[in-house]
Amino acid sequence: MEILVCIKRVPDTSENEIALNSAGNDIERDDLVYSVNEWDNYAVEEAIQIVDRVGGSVTVVTVGDDESEEVLRREMAMGANKGLLLADDAFAETDGRGIATILKAAVAKGTYDLILTGALADDGAGQVGGMLAAMLDYPFASVVNKIETVNDKTLKIGREIEGGNQEISEISLPCVLSIQTGINEPRYVGIRGIRKVASVEIPTLAAGDLGLDAAALAPKVKRLDYFVPALGKGAEMLEGSTEEIIAKLLEMLKAKGGLK
Amino acid sequence: METVLISPAKAWFFFIPTWIFSFLIPVAGVAVFTYLIALRLAPLVRAAPDRRFNRIPERLRQVLKIWLGQWRHPRYMLAGVLHIILFAGFLSLSIRSSQMVILGMVDGFVFPGFDSFIGAAYDILRQIMATAVFVVVVVAAIRRGIFKPARYAVPAQYGKDHTVEAVFVLALIGTLMVTEALFDSSLAAAAHQKGMHAEILVPMSLAWIFARMLAATPAESLQTLHLVSYYLHDLTFFFFLCFLPLGKHFHVITSIFNVFFMRLDKGNVKPVRHGVADDKLDDLESFGVKQIDDFTWKHMLDFYSCADCGRCSDNCPANAAGRPLSPRFITIKARDQIFKSYPVYPIGAPFTKSPPLIGGIYSEAEIWSCTTCGACEEECPLGIEYIDKIIDLRRGMVDDGNVPQSLQKPLSAIEKRGNPWGKMEKKRADWAKNKEFAADCEVKLVEAGDTAETLYFVDSITSYDDRMQKIAQATARVLTTAGIDFAILGKEEKDSGHEVRRFGEEMLFQDLRSHNTEMIQESGAKRIVTADPHAFNALRKDYKDIPPTEHISQTILRSIQEGRLRLKPVDSEGKIYTYHDPCYLGRHNGLYEEPRQVLDTISGLRRVEMTRSRDRSFCCGGGGLMLFYEPEEEQRMGVIRVKMAADAGANVIVTACPFCLVNIEDAIKVAGLEGKMEAIDLVELIDQHAER
Repeated sequence: MEILVCIKRVPDTSENEIALNSAGNDIERDDLVYSVNEWDNYAVEEAIQIVDRVGGSVTVVTVGDDESEEVLRREMAMGANKGLLLADDAFAETDGRGIATILKAAVAKGTYDLILTGALADDGAGQVGGMLAAMLDYPFASVVNKIETVNDKTLKIGREIEGGNQEISEISLPCVLSIQTGINEPRYVGIRGIRKVASVEIPTLAAGDLGLDAAALAPKVKRLDYFVPALGKGAEMLEGSTEEIIAKLLEMLKAKGGLK
Repeated sequence: METVLISPAKAWFFFIPTWIFSFLIPVAGVAVFTYLIALRLAPLVRAAPDRRFNRIPERLRQVLKIWLGQWRHPRYMLAGVLHIILFAGFLSLSIRSSQMVILGMVDGFVFPGFDSFIGAAYDILRQIMATAVFVVVVVAAIRRGIFKPARYAVPAQYGKDHTVEAVFVLALIGTLMVTEALFDSSLAAAAHQKGMHAEILVPMSLAWIFARMLAATPAESLQTLHLVSYYLHDLTFFFFLCFLPLGKHFHVITSIFNVFFMRLDKGNVKPVRHGVADDKLDDLESFGVKQIDDFTWKHMLDFYSCADCGRCSDNCPANAAGRPLSPRFITIKARDQIFKSYPVYPIGAPFTKSPPLIGGIYSEAEIWSCTTCGACEEECPLGIEYIDKIIDLRRGMVDDGNVPQSLQKPLSAIEKRGNPWGKMEKKRADWAKNKEFAADCEVKLVEAGDTAETLYFVDSITSYDDRMQKIAQATARVLTTAGIDFAILGKEEKDSGHEVRRFGEEMLFQDLRSHNTEMIQESGAKRIVTADPHAFNALRKDYKDIPPTEHISQTILRSIQEGRLRLKPVDSEGKIYTYHDPCYLGRHNGLYEEPRQVLDTISGLRRVEMTRSRDRSFCCGGGGLMLFYEPEEEQRMGVIRVKMAADAGANVIVTACPFCLVNIEDAIKVAGLEGKMEAIDLVELIDQHAER
């Protein structure tokens, strides 16, 4: 099975302290560390496991700039066979629809039976997978937490629905699936693995290579503002040392009957 | 001259002269034994390289002390003394056993030089030893078969009980002693009956007792007994020889080699592959140990040498806490696997390709359960090592991406931010900038361009953890009070990588090491001090080309001795202190006395020792990445440790390691001893008692 996994480089939420920049239109990016979006990492692991079972190859693709190559390499160290970087200045300001458009053009350059995306990204809106499927006119299933290959035309997929119930559906290939975390346990990527793929050539495609013009990518959704919401009623920031915070929290939980 | 009894060299069995048997039994025995040894050597030849032919004088010293001197045996007094007698018996009786073999072919054979007083003295000695060995065999069999000490038990998941093999071998040894004594005593009894000169029998020895019992036995029966006991001895001897390489008694042969080749240094970690330089590691096809043939030949010799005595597991804190790890079975399962992969012809297909170890004989949880505390290696009377094997197995798992999710996050955070919590580099020195603290103690920062003679290497937990920052502050104040000019690296410092390396992520460790090495060198410091034994061990054992490193307890002691630091009398009534040895300060670096001496300079401080202290200290639960690992366990090691302190009558546990402090403080809460027991770091205690 030929699988394409769409991945994104995002600021790592667990290893950054996110703060607004002084202009208030973005987060402060000077001191950030980046990693592959957590959901995408699960998608790549799932793709590798499918290929281990039924054969084929895994390609990872990202829309970004030169720095995005780092996440492609990390996923290749994990076991993805090929990387594909879609980079162009024209891609920088685009919106979710634009990203889907770019990805659609990349899909057309190869033959893929299955396209995976993360269900959403740390800094995203969870929209690209669905739009990509629609543009490709492929079947789409979202927040998938289980994939079983029935044959080379059909997959059985699972989704967790409200209340912890599991729903199993059948979907025909080619299709697009957005992957939920917890579908597997992604393998560890060590420094050694990354070094092993350090010199592998990663092809880069620009707008021209994909037959895209800037007009098609012009954002139709624009960010207007970026701010930390004011504290609402009932919300309270606990302050003090960690121990004081914990003590206060315990006290509150006890007072509200949450702890006995 | 009339002979007392016909010797096996001259007797006949129907029409066959018995010397033929005396010749054929050893030939057959030696042939089978040689085949078995060759078979056992085969995997060693195919194994990974190991560098053990160096430092010969030190190795010979180990052989004298640990092998010949049986140095570690009395740590378990009864079993140890029994073994020492057995061992001395085996050594001293080896001459007699060889003589016996030849006696079957050459009548009256004595080794050159033994026809003098030496031989006479030896005859007395060997009779005493044979008797002693027999008594030990009986005591050991009763102990093994009836009293069954707990450490010999085989938990269900590790297979069947080993008592039968143990008692069988004791029976073989007993048979050797009895038949040899019967051989002697039948001759002595016959000589006595005929009024001829008899060999002197040591009163109360086995042979002496048998000779008395045989005093009235007819001469013909004595003749039969003489020959039968000889051949029973001969057969048992060669059967035993060939039985040795088939099980745990292989140590009788391998122990001297195993001790000779044992590890000489503590706290260090073996290279990924001996003979491959760090900068060539990227060329290696595979990392670590994934199947049995990936072990080094010494590690395989370890597997052969295990005597199944259970001392390692008896001291293993992971085993005590109910984690799925028992070092004894790390070895025994590997030995069984080698025996299976290299079977004795014609059972099984020879030299089968060994299956993967993880998921085969070992589970992932088993290998991640080890805190590398070193208690097992400290105890093993045969010099078997475990830490390097565990690390090699982890390297194999890391190479395959097989790392628990709970460890992936901190590893990736260390890679990106230089600390396992993923906190910002620029906040690494925040503890020093805290207003209250900075008001009376100024800390120089290398990142700000300061320089100093001494570099204080803080390491991650002490830099970032709210509670452990107090250790950093106490260290800074104590250094200042002692008049030591020091600086910290601040954001230029990254995790020492001590556990990164010991959790198998060698390449990440090497990145951290090269970064820190460069920063330390650029700082221009002449010496390094740290309050974290894990950093201390890393800087001493894993790093090269950096200034000498000492632990704060050494600095404090020297400052006290030189009069630069004076301590007030103890300020708390009713407190009884006990010192908990951190593994990486004590066992791995031999610093047992310094912290105790420091404590004892505080006048009025009442200190008690826990039963498990110094080199038998019990690990608190492990440091570094072990804090993030979620083990399967019945209880926390720390809780066990805290109860040991309570049993010793202490109500304050003093330690000298931030990880010990985390684990012990948590354990006090878990054990429900809050208010009754407290924990404090040595440097905090000194900070409180320093005269300023």
